[in-house]
Amino acid sequence: MTRKERTPRGAGEGGSDIPREVRLALFRSLLELRLLEKRAYDLFLQNLVKGTSHLSLGQEAVAAGFAQAMRPDDYTFCTYRGHAHTLARGASMAGVLGELLGRSCGLMGGKGGSMHLTSVAHGAMGSYAIVGAHLPIAAGAAWSAVHRGTDQVSVCFFGDGATNIGAFHEALNLAVVWKLPVVFVCENNLYMEYTPIRSVTAVEHPAADRASAYGLPPVILDGNDVDAVFRLAREVIARARGGGGPSLVEAKTYRHGGHSRADPATYRPAGELEEWLERDPVTTYRQRLAGLGFAEAALRELEASVQRAVDEATETAKASPPSPAAVVERDVWADGGSSWRS
Amino acid sequence: MAELTYREAVAAGIAQEMARDDRVVLLGEDVGGSGGVFKATVGLLDRFGPKRVRDTPISEQAIVGAAMGAAMTGLRPIAELMFSDFFGVCWDMIANEIAKARYMSAGQMALPLVIRTANGSGARFGAQHSQSVENWAMAVPGLKVVAPSTPADVKGLLAAAVRDPDPVIFFEHKGLYATKGEVPDGELVDRLGTARVLRQGTDVTLVALAAMVPRALRAAERLASEDGISATVVDLRSLVPLDVKTLLAETARTGRLYTVEENPRLCGWGAEIASIVAEEAFYDLDGPIVRITTPHVPLPAADALEDATVPSVERIVETVRRPAG
Repeated sequence: MTRKERTPRGAGEGGSDIPREVRLALFRSLLELRLLEKRAYDLFLQNLVKGTSHLSLGQEAVAAGFAQAMRPDDYTFCTYRGHAHTLARGASMAGVLGELLGRSCGLMGGKGGSMHLTSVAHGAMGSYAIVGAHLPIAAGAAWSAVHRGTDQVSVCFFGDGATNIGAFHEALNLAVVWKLPVVFVCENNLYMEYTPIRSVTAVEHPAADRASAYGLPPVILDGNDVDAVFRLAREVIARARGGGGPSLVEAKTYRHGGHSRADPATYRPAGELEEWLERDPVTTYRQRLAGLGFAEAALRELEASVQRAVDEATETAKASPPSPAAVVERDVWADGGSSWRS
Repeated sequence: MAELTYREAVAAGIAQEMARDDRVVLLGEDVGGSGGVFKATVGLLDRFGPKRVRDTPISEQAIVGAAMGAAMTGLRPIAELMFSDFFGVCWDMIANEIAKARYMSAGQMALPLVIRTANGSGARFGAQHSQSVENWAMAVPGLKVVAPSTPADVKGLLAAAVRDPDPVIFFEHKGLYATKGEVPDGELVDRLGTARVLRQGTDVTLVALAAMVPRALRAAERLASEDGISATVVDLRSLVPLDVKTLLAETARTGRLYTVEENPRLCGWGAEIASIVAEEAFYDLDGPIVRITTPHVPLPAADALEDATVPSVERIVETVRRPAG
């Protein structure tokens, strides 16, 4: 296998290996992630979202493509940049926005916040804000699936920066040694927070170039092409489910904004953003669908319906009361409380 | 009744729970083929097989992280950390992830898991393999903290920890592994958060944990025979949940409270005990609360130095014997 961006079997832009209804579902998912996060950004500007938040604008194809290839009972583990991944698994828009706003309707009633979105009912097993921590946890969920004989697959998304932390290497090694059904997906958006990843990493491709250390093939993917993501996801998830063990995928992508809301991303060279905007996963996919004969009216209707859903979710979240102080001392323990006295 | 060593009681407790519940699995460094570096898991691989008793690489983040992922998806893992000092390399998993997942997810996540670890002095391993860190765990909301002192308590409290729906840090004391004690036959399940009054006295109350419990008991015997001082000895057994009721009642009975701690001085668990008693039972006290602790130093390795550092029977006796301040 080469290190070049790969094009799995049956591909090609208009490859008929992806049914039309799946393509529509992928486009809807891209729109949901894009429009909801744009709304989240507006809400920050209105100072309705406190604290920090990390947007996936520009990186949506990785979340949408993988989620489409997953079974409802598969597990997603993601990072503090986790809005898109959580939504892509089916968590409600109002639940996500409500969490960002600290409202009762939030997925976790305001106790987790933007960086910890979790929806266990949708297989979204948490967003982890300590870089790299969730890779071993995802491996453990995969181990559990094997032990329970459920053939569930665990998919773990992380950034390029996580490849330089110890937990990445511990998890990869354990997953290979135990042949676990886990897919590790590095979203390489070129920057480790504010620093170009290449300037702090010993190899050119932070995940793929480490794969051979664990006996895995290097896999590099165009993370802005949702069809390519979906195809590869289908392949590596099937391999994991079939007992073929873990995979490590490096998806090249780009975040349109800064690392977090505090970061204007002035460290990026002139012209870089514009170059990547030309490869925007949402607009390029729309063009592809138009080229494949999807009617313009149908695409417009889809866009309008997603926008309506985002608007409604915004209203629902804003109308929801702030989380009451009573929840502060709840849910430390399984008995629902927080007492440290017996 | 059978007489078991403390280390045999660990294996017996794990075996009892693994036989009862298929979801219970064990993972850690050398826990399988070699039966653990402290021989506390001998026989489990043969009995339950490699699917449920798994040797891991030296990867503490992966061990504890995998236990967390397994627990949140339906297993009841027991992870062994060879030495409690190694919390230092996986503290993120324990303090940031495991302890907080249920809370941050507003109850969506359940983490029924046990992290067993060898804690404390006695083996002369020095500052990175013999320290006592139960106070680290006690300081983190979301962790239950258990530290038994006898083989029977090991088995019963370990069973309770495995059945508990919350994460439990289970401190085995490496200085006690070779000690023996009677363990009741048949299924044994204790209750977390229950202190035990081992000796009832009238003059002073000594509150201790793990290896400090037998020392407090011996000190109490000497105080009785040499000084005519009648001491109560309370084995806390678990720091979280904490049996405050027993603590306050036994303090009130004598009016004098001494904590006997292996933790270094600052923020050792006894500081919390002293704070609770000062706040809630001040008028039951006839004198100041006295903490008998390891001084605030890293633990030295040489046997004579270690003995001079950790509270000894002699030091407990002398401290209690001193006129009240």
